[in-house]
Amino acid sequence: MTTVSPERLAKIFVEVADTLVDDFDLIEFLQTLTDRAASLVGAGAVGLLLADERGKLEFMAGSDENVTLVELFQLQTDEGPCLEAVRTGRPVINVDLGAAAARWPRFAPRAAAAGFQSVHAFPLRLRSQVIGALNVFGTSLGGHLAEADVPVIQALTDVAAIALLQERAIRRGEVLSEQLQGALNSRVVIEQAKGAVAQSMGLTVDDAFAVIRGYARRHSWKLTDVAHAIVTDPEALARLKES
Amino acid sequence: MEDRSAIITDLITRQAAAHGDRPGFLRGVCGAAAEVLSASGAGISIMTDDGTRGETAASDSACERIEELQFILGEGPCMDAFTSRRPVLVPDLGDPAPDAGGRWPFYTPAASAGGLRAVFAFPLQIGAARLGVLDVFRDRPGPLTAGEFADALTVADVTVAALLDRHVQARDGLVREIDDNNYADGYRAQLFQAQGMVMVQLGVSLAEAMARIRAHAYAQERRLSDVARDIVARRLHFDTDKP
Repeated sequence: MTTVSPERLAKIFVEVADTLVDDFDLIEFLQTLTDRAASLVGAGAVGLLLADERGKLEFMAGSDENVTLVELFQLQTDEGPCLEAVRTGRPVINVDLGAAAARWPRFAPRAAAAGFQSVHAFPLRLRSQVIGALNVFGTSLGGHLAEADVPVIQALTDVAAIALLQERAIRRGEVLSEQLQGALNSRVVIEQAKGAVAQSMGLTVDDAFAVIRGYARRHSWKLTDVAHAIVTDPEALARLKES
Repeated sequence: MEDRSAIITDLITRQAAAHGDRPGFLRGVCGAAAEVLSASGAGISIMTDDGTRGETAASDSACERIEELQFILGEGPCMDAFTSRRPVLVPDLGDPAPDAGGRWPFYTPAASAGGLRAVFAFPLQIGAARLGVLDVFRDRPGPLTAGEFADALTVADVTVAALLDRHVQARDGLVREIDDNNYADGYRAQLFQAQGMVMVQLGVSLAEAMARIRAHAYAQERRLSDVARDIVARRLHFDTDKP
């Protein structure tokens, strides 16, 4: 049970809006957003999935990016709360994972085995379209949503949808499709960079991601730009290794 | 969905089997793309990472002229799709708006004079590995349907795979199924991480790394997702001395 104070809420929304400057990095923005959503309701993990034009759900960003968790997010392209939220356009709230094996035979046991007790999913809505979902996992320590939390998390999800558009006034539906494909491809570049750094520094891919993220932050560079440089310019990879 | 993907894969790989030479194969893919997408034609430009153009192919000579046009004029949907790494979708070239026909002051009038009314350009890429662009041409204005857009993405993906596999097919003379798109058990991110790792292991480009991973999967008759998992877990290593 959480009760979010109005002050805390205002602070988070201002912070999120502040990040939406002209030239922001989408994946980094979505990471901040999932991070804040997690701390807001004391969730174990929060992730954001985008639906591609062929109906697959792709992991875009999360409050945590360990392999087990990313698999849990990704698994939902076949079944699970995110797929339901995308299909129905309605949030899925407070589902007890211990009692959800019949509803999601593959997803629920794996989520429970990863230490989560409850799960929620909020549709990422853009006008009449649902383009993805925000996924919230609760543990025994927190993440059960009170009634008042639901519109708050949905509002954060709606902000994520706005960020995806990047261009403030979109005249044509085509631009959304272009943006979405661009965002999905950026995510692929980050995975490629994780692999390159893991190999060159002898790290796990999880640790490699922390290294890339830290390096981008220290230099105030965009995560996507750093990832791109790592996989296209051997010198950029060497510089990161030395740093 | 799965059926469409299988039909398109079959159509493209048959072009690969039918044409031993790359220009013939690319021309065949353009014809297949035009057929699948109810287009009047299609063109493919192979490009290197610095934007230098390699070979160009098109479904017929009229489309070849339109494809060539953008390199003569130095602007066009193909170049924009390559640079932005996103699809460029212009359903009405006659629309003078800056995100439609007005985007290209020289290309638009010249292409319109050649009978072009709508153009849709799709990057041939996997993350940061870019091979070129597929242009879809129509002699009538109007958007791609959601189904056609999804099909176009599939055509682009399968073409990328076929381009990476060219040398394997030339040697084996067959196309074996290695792509399983298995999201649930071996999440796709792992394949891209493996690509980054092999790039560093072999000191090759990202595209070449994917070609090597695919060649290994063919040779060992294994699924790509299994090969990727072994690479990330460091059970499988690509050495420079063992090509």
